[in-house]
Amino acid sequence: MNQTAPLAIDVHGLCKSFGKKEVVHNLALQVRTGEIFGFLGPNGSGKTTTIRMLCGLLKPSAGSGTCLGYDIINESLIIKTHVGYMTQRFSLYEDLSIRENLEFIARVYKLKNRTQRINESLDRLKISKERAHQLAGQLSGGWKQRLALAAAMLHEPQLLLLDEPTAGVDPEARRSFWEEIHNLSTQGITTLVSTHYMDEAERCHRLAYIAFGHLLTTGSIPDVIKDAGLHLWIVKGDDLYTLAEKLRLDPAITHVTAFGQTLHVVGTDAAMLEQAIQPYQNNHYQWKQAPAELEDVFIHLVSTAKNNHG
Amino acid sequence: MTLNFSFQRLWAVIIKEFIQMKRDHITLAMIIIIPLMQLLLFGYAINSNPKNLPTALIKGDQSSFTRTLIQSMKNTEYFKFLDQPVTEKEANYLMSIGKIQFAVNIPPGFSRKLIRHEIPDILITTDATDPVAASNAITAVNALSSRLFNRDFQGSLSYLVPDPQAFNLRLHIKYNPELITQYNIVPGLMGVILTMTMIIITALAITREYERGTMESLLATPVRPLEVMLGKVIPYIIVGYIQATLIIAAAYFLFHIPIEGSLMLLFFLALPFIAANLSIGVTFSTIAKNQLQATQMSFFFFLPSILLSGFMFPFYGMPKWAQDIGNILPLTYFLRITRGIILKGTDFIHTWPNVWPIIIFMVFALMLGLKRYRQTLD
Ligand SMILES: Nc1ncnc2c1ncn2[C@@H]1O[C@H](COP(=O)(O)OP(=O)(O)O)[C@@H](O)[C@H]1O
Ligand SMILES: [Mg+2]
Repeated sequence: MNQTAPLAIDVHGLCKSFGKKEVVHNLALQVRTGEIFGFLGPNGSGKTTTIRMLCGLLKPSAGSGTCLGYDIINESLIIKTHVGYMTQRFSLYEDLSIRENLEFIARVYKLKNRTQRINESLDRLKISKERAHQLAGQLSGGWKQRLALAAAMLHEPQLLLLDEPTAGVDPEARRSFWEEIHNLSTQGITTLVSTHYMDEAERCHRLAYIAFGHLLTTGSIPDVIKDAGLHLWIVKGDDLYTLAEKLRLDPAITHVTAFGQTLHVVGTDAAMLEQAIQPYQNNHYQWKQAPAELEDVFIHLVSTAKNNHG
Repeated sequence: MTLNFSFQRLWAVIIKEFIQMKRDHITLAMIIIIPLMQLLLFGYAINSNPKNLPTALIKGDQSSFTRTLIQSMKNTEYFKFLDQPVTEKEANYLMSIGKIQFAVNIPPGFSRKLIRHEIPDILITTDATDPVAASNAITAVNALSSRLFNRDFQGSLSYLVPDPQAFNLRLHIKYNPELITQYNIVPGLMGVILTMTMIIITALAITREYERGTMESLLATPVRPLEVMLGKVIPYIIVGYIQATLIIAAAYFLFHIPIEGSLMLLFFLALPFIAANLSIGVTFSTIAKNQLQATQMSFFFFLPSILLSGFMFPFYGMPKWAQDIGNILPLTYFLRITRGIILKGTDFIHTWPNVWPIIIFMVFALMLGLKRYRQTLD
């Protein structure tokens, strides 16, 4: 363990190709110790691939860096003992019970006081003793996710790599999951978590957004929003659908997105944006200027990236 | 510390495999049923000492000698002659369509030659596609040759009492020139069954982890390749022993094969053979991309094992190239071990030359598997 390392993850120039197809391109990532770091991006953008490279499951085609101070190329075996990895798809043994799965993990990590630690971890995740004898394959999605998290944390890793841990999990389970992550964070444990949920992104200390294998932005939420340099108008009124169609034709408007009963109209140039919406500022619509939100930024980044790399 | 082999992690894998094996009822049933099925199937062939086999007589010679000969052949109960003698051409046809098992050809002038001490020929042609069926009958005819005509040469002809060999039995074995003797089969079957089940079971072991996605979790732990491979081999050694016990028990109780040598020694020497097959299975499973490929590779290994090891054909009757291939296969050596111990009562010293090649094969297979074991998902 390298307690003095300020960065839990520090990689740069990471590339990964499968055959001719490059799915991660020149990626740099810095995650500080104890921080909850959100890893966002559309499906197929290379999140899982990146996480796998961090814990030694894939060999980068290029690039280098450290995880917990250990070299990701040459010291992946040591990294594995200090990292807890929760896979996107459930990958524990479905024909083993909850307890048997945890026992296997405990033995493989050579944990002392095995039974006690398994009991503690079952308690923490509110898995009852009776349920612990159920086969993992018979569990519902939410329980599988709890088991996977318990397994990833059983050996008390310094760094958690969680790949879409809350996908398909009910809101209550998601809430208690995030409580647990924040709890761990106060104990100095670093978490890198990939997610699709915007509310979850907002619970992270810092985040990175990737699309088409390219890192598009990274930093705290205010930084990410500020760096994007977006201007936002929110409009309410009748027949927003037709309005959106018309607004999209204007090149000064980078995108128009429906948010419930409102439209978010976004542009990069404040003056040109105002000019563009001016014809529609009548008594049919109520316009309001607001600071851009995280989701606006992501939508903007993806559409830009699509033009550049897609 | 985490970089080296760990018995604790090996133990973790062994326990996991045991639990999974216990829960996999279909495989478990296969492990017991396959050897029993094979034994019973082969057992029919082994038990059969068929009598009254259809036989055609091609008669070129009419005399009391030939009548005596035919009658004695009938008396062995192995031959059932057709009502009418046939021509040679008819006999060939009948054999090609499987209507007769034997054709007995007594050439013209047989009796004359016999009296003149010229040791005449009798040609018996047999369809040996089913060699077991033919072999007992042939043995019986051979025994006839020397004692047959003693009765006919009594009195004034007694000076003609034949030499040990009164006539030449020319045997023409058609379609399958090699004859397998029955005792060879059951001891050999032990090796064959172990080869088949051990390899198939472990060949699926690692590909299954990939197909179920569990490999990702497994690779994310510090578990080492050798620990995984041995952890998947060791639980099945017990399975191998269960099968070996079943087969030996069946050989002894069902087929009454006398066990000349030491059963202990046989069980002891089954270990390297079982381990060698498990190792090659695990190695296949590190190479195969999916379970189908793993199964195909197993059969690819199984075929030469059955054909070129001396199980199907006498080893030294095979051409050089076939022997060369056979010399690589563990089954070749294990057949010699089991036949040696069961049928000849061979001791350890004399089986050793057949033990070490199996061990070398196992080590080589494991090393290849280790080399091929992917430590990443690439
Ligand atoms: N083993 C692989 N072989 C070939 N292509 C792959 C492999 N793994 C992932 N990919 C491709 O790489 C891209 C990124 O995948 P992934 O990292 O899983 O994205 P994400 O996790 O962000 O959804 C996808 O287009 C996917 O099809
Ligand atoms: Mg993914």
